[in-house]
Amino acid sequence: MENLEQLVQDGLNAVEKADNLQALDQIRVEYLGKKGVITQQAKTLGKLSAEERPAAGQKINEAKGQVEQAINARRADLEKAAIEARLASESIDVTLPGRGQDLGGLHPVTRTLQRIEEIFARAGYSVEQGPEIEDDYHNFEALNIPGHHPARAMHDTFYFNPGTLLRTHTSPVQIRTMEAGKPPFRMICPGRVYRCDSDMTHTPMFHQVEGLLVEKNVSFADLKSTVEEFLRVFFERDLKVRFRPSYFPFTEPSAEVDIEWGREADGSIKWLEVMGCGMVHPKVFEHCGIDAEEYRGFAFGLGVERLAMLRYGVKDLRMFFENDLRFLRQFR
Amino acid sequence: MKFSEQWLREWVNPNLGSQELMDQITMAGLEVDGFEPVAGEFTGVVVGEVISAEPHPDADKLRVCQVSDGTNTVQVVCGAPNVRAGLKVPFAVVGAVLPGNFKIKKAKLRGQPSEGMLCSESELALSENHDGLMELPADAPVGQAVADYLKLNDITIDVDLTPNRSDCLSIKGLAREVGVLNSLLVNAPAIEPVEAVHSEVPDIRVEAPAGCPRYLGRVLRNVNLQAETPLWMQEKLRRSGIRSIDAAVDVTNYVMLELGQPMHAFDREEIKGGIVVRMAKPAEKLVLLDGQEVELTEDTLVIADHEKPVAIAGVMGGEHSGVSAKTRDLVLESAYFDPITLAGKAREYGLHTDASHRFERGVDYELARDAMERATSLLMEIVGGEPGEIVEVYSDEHLPKARTIDLREQRLADVLGLAIDRTTVEEILTRLGLRTDKLLKDGWRISVPSFRPDISIEEDLIEEVGRIYGYNNLPVTEPTGSLGLRAREEAVRPLSAIRNFFVAQGYQEAVTYSFVDPKVQQLLDPGREGIALANPISADLSVMRTTLWSGLLKTVAHNQNRQQPRIRLFETGLRFEQNGDGIDQQPMLAGVVVGNQVPENWVNGRRTADFFDVKGELESLFKVLGIEIQFLASQHPALHPGQTAELLRDGEHVGWLGTLHPQVQKNLELNGTILMFELFLNSIVTGYVPNFKDISKFPEVRRDLAIIIGSDVAFAQVEEIARKHAGEHLTAMRVFDVYEGESLGEGNRSLAVSLFWQHPERTLNEDEVHSVFNGVIDALKEELGATLRS
Repeated sequence: MENLEQLVQDGLNAVEKADNLQALDQIRVEYLGKKGVITQQAKTLGKLSAEERPAAGQKINEAKGQVEQAINARRADLEKAAIEARLASESIDVTLPGRGQDLGGLHPVTRTLQRIEEIFARAGYSVEQGPEIEDDYHNFEALNIPGHHPARAMHDTFYFNPGTLLRTHTSPVQIRTMEAGKPPFRMICPGRVYRCDSDMTHTPMFHQVEGLLVEKNVSFADLKSTVEEFLRVFFERDLKVRFRPSYFPFTEPSAEVDIEWGREADGSIKWLEVMGCGMVHPKVFEHCGIDAEEYRGFAFGLGVERLAMLRYGVKDLRMFFENDLRFLRQFR
Repeated sequence: MKFSEQWLREWVNPNLGSQELMDQITMAGLEVDGFEPVAGEFTGVVVGEVISAEPHPDADKLRVCQVSDGTNTVQVVCGAPNVRAGLKVPFAVVGAVLPGNFKIKKAKLRGQPSEGMLCSESELALSENHDGLMELPADAPVGQAVADYLKLNDITIDVDLTPNRSDCLSIKGLAREVGVLNSLLVNAPAIEPVEAVHSEVPDIRVEAPAGCPRYLGRVLRNVNLQAETPLWMQEKLRRSGIRSIDAAVDVTNYVMLELGQPMHAFDREEIKGGIVVRMAKPAEKLVLLDGQEVELTEDTLVIADHEKPVAIAGVMGGEHSGVSAKTRDLVLESAYFDPITLAGKAREYGLHTDASHRFERGVDYELARDAMERATSLLMEIVGGEPGEIVEVYSDEHLPKARTIDLREQRLADVLGLAIDRTTVEEILTRLGLRTDKLLKDGWRISVPSFRPDISIEEDLIEEVGRIYGYNNLPVTEPTGSLGLRAREEAVRPLSAIRNFFVAQGYQEAVTYSFVDPKVQQLLDPGREGIALANPISADLSVMRTTLWSGLLKTVAHNQNRQQPRIRLFETGLRFEQNGDGIDQQPMLAGVVVGNQVPENWVNGRRTADFFDVKGELESLFKVLGIEIQFLASQHPALHPGQTAELLRDGEHVGWLGTLHPQVQKNLELNGTILMFELFLNSIVTGYVPNFKDISKFPEVRRDLAIIIGSDVAFAQVEEIARKHAGEHLTAMRVFDVYEGESLGEGNRSLAVSLFWQHPERTLNEDEVHSVFNGVIDALKEELGATLRS
């Protein structure tokens, strides 16, 4: 028993020197394993008297406990060091750029159209579509623009043959929708339209949104609020809006809509024309089989590129159709 | 229409500044497009009189003149060809500042002192004319400031009239509007009938009364067309954008501007026999006043004499019958031509004249006589002459009928959203010339005057009231009404979801023209004719697209030429195809990909996108849409024969995916491997509504299989056979390796596939899995000649 203390001391020294988990385990086996030198001390108990045995046994247990404790402490230290070493080796430069697919983007016309559709959808307007190659009837006649009408000259129409053309506005969609359904109506018709005109400020194709509301009791005052609210919601500004009498064959009364857009050199308000609108002309209702005495309606139309240009500060209309990636990427 | 503000103010003079006046008429629906001063800015220019003009001793082209400014006479050296003693001219004295900040100082010209400058019109920025000095009338008061004398404190206002407002194509009409807007009376010049002094009358026959319901003619004999048009008239014309020609033309133009009636003056000598208003005969020709010869079409209304046409009615006169300085006798024409007969005629001949502009929009059908009297008296003041009787030929049947329209007070309030009091309504209507003669129980019966052809229904009257009352004075109210819910099919994915999918996959949306270059399209879609435009804007935008690839590849070229090697684009829109008598307009979804699959990065990212990258993206899209699509090896003329898949849904064609054919790519001058797809949108947007099935609690079993098959055997075949023999509990099948190499022998490849089974209600036992797995292997061996790879 004399050497038990020595054994414990040796064990503690060995633990102290162990510099990895494997070595530590080796020490555990050597001292505390079944055949470990301290465990083996229990065999000496047999030689002792019954009175001596409990005290000696306790001493051996204490010795085991002492070494075991040292081993556990040492293990914890070593494990901690190992984790720290691993963490140190695994550290990365988090400022390097991420990898993977780039993000694409919507065309600014689509972006604008979706915004307009969303605004009107929330007020219960449906979104209607129609053909782009139209017949003369739906593009002109039904909209109260007969063949000899001077307004036809305002349209610069692309023709395929005398009766077939590229729609010059999306109004024919209103006609088709009214022909197919029954009032009341609340719709917008977004889409491509075409005019035979190409210069700095005109492209032969552009986009329009036409809106139509037909109810039993609707007035020019209702039209005013719809248009004003739309413009304020769209531009997210409390802008001044004014209605200027104008002429469209398919509405009566008709108005053009100007918004306040900065100031003139002399300090007066600079007005920009952004929309056309009016009360649906009775002839249009007649063509669609709707009783103009029972129902009234208002319609409005706007150029999508024009609104997109104002909203996003695009200076040149033609850029919308060049599809230059350096342009398109600015709208994603 | 351009007009002089001063001229308008002679008729009606509201207490408004120029800008306020322009704002006011703009807000009444007569949109002012712009304005410009009638002269440049200058000071120190007075009416001068040339006392003498002697040759310059040292210069052939210069003259040394003594010029009076009313108080002093000074020496001025002048080079103008028309300088002469007695002439009155604008005289810029020393100290004057001319337009362009040009200061007049004492000078010496070839040794002769010169104190001041005699001015041409262009030097005062009155016109472009710098042929010589501006000649002022002999009675111009010497010494008076030229700006005062010519009343140059004036602007030319350009108003862009909508086609319905033909009544405002005259000072008279504009004055009426301004009068209404300001509640002012309008001062019109008195028009008195001119008494005939001889009995010669033109012989007039109207053979086309529908086109010409009214025609007035008058002979004015012994005129002196050498006489100058008075300066005041020249100035009014000039300020309205019309050049002075000679007294006869100037007066007819003046009356047109003043009253709105286009007129014409013929040289009586050149009218053989008499005037016939008729439709043109086949192949008739006419040399017009502008010198061009036109061949007339039979639907053209002409003014003819007994031999030949002398004018296109309401458009332009002939050169031959026009007046000249030698003309002695005039035949004056004042007529009402039918707008529908004249519609588009001027355009057909490539013309657009002040007359055609007015007649097409509708001239006051009761105006012709007043205009004739007004023109006669103005002409006589200038060129003298002896007037004859007016001959008037008209057809009541063809003249527009006087209209009455009922305006209901309630309807007015309903449409405008405001009940305007009766007195205000009546005042507005009356001042507009819309007589409210008859009061009805619920409104008014309105007589529409002959100068308002645009007013034909009640709504037109409502607009008039609203317009003058002021749209901006009308209330603003929220619409009320039905707000029923609409159907919304859950299985149909909105287009926005598809767009957003591609955006997330790195695609940029493009919007390209629907008309394309037929040459490009022929390469991409040979054998399909694009529908051709009759009037394309240019040859490369002349046929409708049959495939969206036409526009997308053009976009690729545009961007490759701008140092953009990595391009991923998609577009949605219609493609157009002739389909028997009809036109098929189908919404498509198309995309193109070229360059690296992902942006170059610091690990790799230099791998070029290939077929399977794009296929994988489409497969993801189809999962988003909830649809199943088969890819079938196929052929397309624009695509690489070995890298083309036709896409099928339940056996129906829905589109294409492939690599652009290298030859087509070369012809289009494009770089890189270009992957493209195009799908019929309507065939893919409808998926399914989810239907929940219990999740199996039992384990899934996996078996792997590596087979060697011929390289020409498609995976799709392997998959089809495997699925057929794998039993009902097969849940998935995945390819995990594809290998081709010498060890397999020429023309062979190996496919490694894993199969997964799972039973919903119990654990599958080893034997049943083994049995179906062996069944798959046997079938592959038997049907495809596959061997197991060891």
